[in-house]
Amino acid sequence: MESLLTVENLKMYYDTLRGSVRAVDDVSFEVNKRQALGLAGESGCGKTSAALSVIKMLPSNGRIIDGKITLDGEDIVKMKEDEVRKRIRWKRISMIFQGAMNALHPTYTIGYQITEAIVKHEDVKKREAEERAGKLLELVGIEASKVDRYPHELSGGMKQRAVTAMALACDPDLIIADEPTTALDVIVQAQVLRVIKELKSRLDISMILISHDLSMIAETCDKSAIMYAGKIVEYGDVVPLFTEPLHPYTQKLINAFPSVLGPKKELTSIHGFPPDLLNPPSGCRFHPRCEHSMEICRLKEPALTETGKKKRQVACHLYGESKI
Amino acid sequence: MPFIWRVKDLTEETTLETRNLVKHFELKLGFFKTLVSKETPYVHAVDGVSFKIKKGEIFGLVGESGCGKTTTGRLLLRLTEPTQGEVLFKGVDILSLALESEVRKLRRKIQIIFQDPYESLNPRMSVFDIIAEPLQIQKVASNSDELNNLVAEALNDLDLVPPEEFMYRFPHELSGGQRQRVAIARAFVLKPEFMVADEPVSMLDASIRSEVLKLLLGLQKKLHTSFLYITHDIALARHMCDRIAVMYLGKIVEKGATEDVILKPLHPYTEALIAAVPVPDPTARRIKVVIKGQVPSAVNPPPGCRFNTRCPHAMEICRKKEPPLIPIDKNRHVACYLHSS
Repeated sequence: MESLLTVENLKMYYDTLRGSVRAVDDVSFEVNKRQALGLAGESGCGKTSAALSVIKMLPSNGRIIDGKITLDGEDIVKMKEDEVRKRIRWKRISMIFQGAMNALHPTYTIGYQITEAIVKHEDVKKREAEERAGKLLELVGIEASKVDRYPHELSGGMKQRAVTAMALACDPDLIIADEPTTALDVIVQAQVLRVIKELKSRLDISMILISHDLSMIAETCDKSAIMYAGKIVEYGDVVPLFTEPLHPYTQKLINAFPSVLGPKKELTSIHGFPPDLLNPPSGCRFHPRCEHSMEICRLKEPALTETGKKKRQVACHLYGESKI
Repeated sequence: MPFIWRVKDLTEETTLETRNLVKHFELKLGFFKTLVSKETPYVHAVDGVSFKIKKGEIFGLVGESGCGKTTTGRLLLRLTEPTQGEVLFKGVDILSLALESEVRKLRRKIQIIFQDPYESLNPRMSVFDIIAEPLQIQKVASNSDELNNLVAEALNDLDLVPPEEFMYRFPHELSGGQRQRVAIARAFVLKPEFMVADEPVSMLDASIRSEVLKLLLGLQKKLHTSFLYITHDIALARHMCDRIAVMYLGKIVEKGATEDVILKPLHPYTEALIAAVPVPDPTARRIKVVIKGQVPSAVNPPPGCRFNTRCPHAMEICRKKEPPLIPIDKNRHVACYLHSS
């Protein structure tokens, strides 16, 4: 499988008055061509920050401290802002933002907003761009005649699809979808997900799907990285990861979701709360909430290591050889 | 310890019953339109809803946003006045209560947990004040010591321990999960007999959600409270409820025991709702019937069966005549011509 994007040892901190928040702390993952990677975890675990780092669209107090983000051999971290904007953002990597309702400008038509994205990034005439905007809308299942509609005239599902169309405007290689369906109803959510999935296979696009909803990742992605408190705790192909989770956190998280299929099961809960990233716990960051926590978990941080299982990585002392 | 699914000995005693409950909201038009238009348009939020909730039962109301499930919940507490219909709480029609004092007495027995703890808790009140307020209004505690104890007990029940540590905090000092627990503690502090829970965990993260649900179920069992559990998540309803009713555009389209409805849905809408829910299992190969389009406007609901515009099985009759909610067997009702023979 050909790799498109690799992220190595990425560290992204936010500067605050109380110190730096280690939102992404030594995270590595890889997105292959035509594959979808799911970044999962609770809110505040750093999944959105990791994705924003990839296109270098960080809030003003966010900094990439260390690490490499390689897209086809080029390191995005080292690139100048100008270059990222001209060559990477939108043209190679685009983003579907969380809460499409708020991602669209309320006083411009959706057609105008898509056209603007095309004209800003490519050397095309406005007329041509407008035509393409119409085609893009058709691609996501909105009639081309709706280009002149304002966001408030569209339903939630349609707005979400319009934002998806915008992400496709410059024919990117990679789309980052940040919670693309959270605010939508189940049926509309299924409709939007279907559109995204179809486009992915039809247009040969890779995808990073960020979601707290593990069931969505199970249904959409090929690979998944489970994040906890700024770190990846488990990483691997979706099927083995969901059928046989290794890390205690992954196990608990999967069992926290009720399912409509199969026998009814008891939901597990994870005691306590996610840690404060200003001052994360020593050793394994999950140890205060972990049932299997041992002496070593408090002292030494487990590294993300390959297990016997094919291509599966897990960061937990239960599986490591490491001793104190 | 092996997990035994809750087997409840439900008495036949009905705690709450609604009969043909209707709520139409008048649609406000602009000044000019009011002069020109011949009739006032109404939003048919709830259109003839009837169900019975037994003592100690958790009854789920499931549907997409805008189907009228929240309005139904509010009607039961008289937070919104119904246009028509009856709500019987232990045999007494609560809609006939005219005096404020009578309604107030009733509220001691009926409580509600709202969806969003960021909005339902007053940011300027401490946790103690929030939980003590219903006790003070209902004059439950005779002195301040007793009040203190009751509040501490309520916090204890929700695992907000030690209570002294939480009592004097303000909502902004709590996490989302803790806030919702305070909201639940407030609803339970009067030991109500009936509770409306309106999406109590939809704002919470999955890992925290299951813990809050567990506490909620524990309290429900302890106090033997009857519940109307409102949710859009049918998978969650499966976990929580004994019986569920599926709502579409102000009407109940199917109701029955939870497992029956979920494992063998009869109404095409229920089927679509279940198929649309993602499952946390990548190996599950499911036939996905994703229905097209969106919920039609509740101002002019389609004639006949309200689902006919999106139904894959729509027949001639569905467009003309509205299917009644009829019993299929003892515990199962469905409103669909496919099952009316």
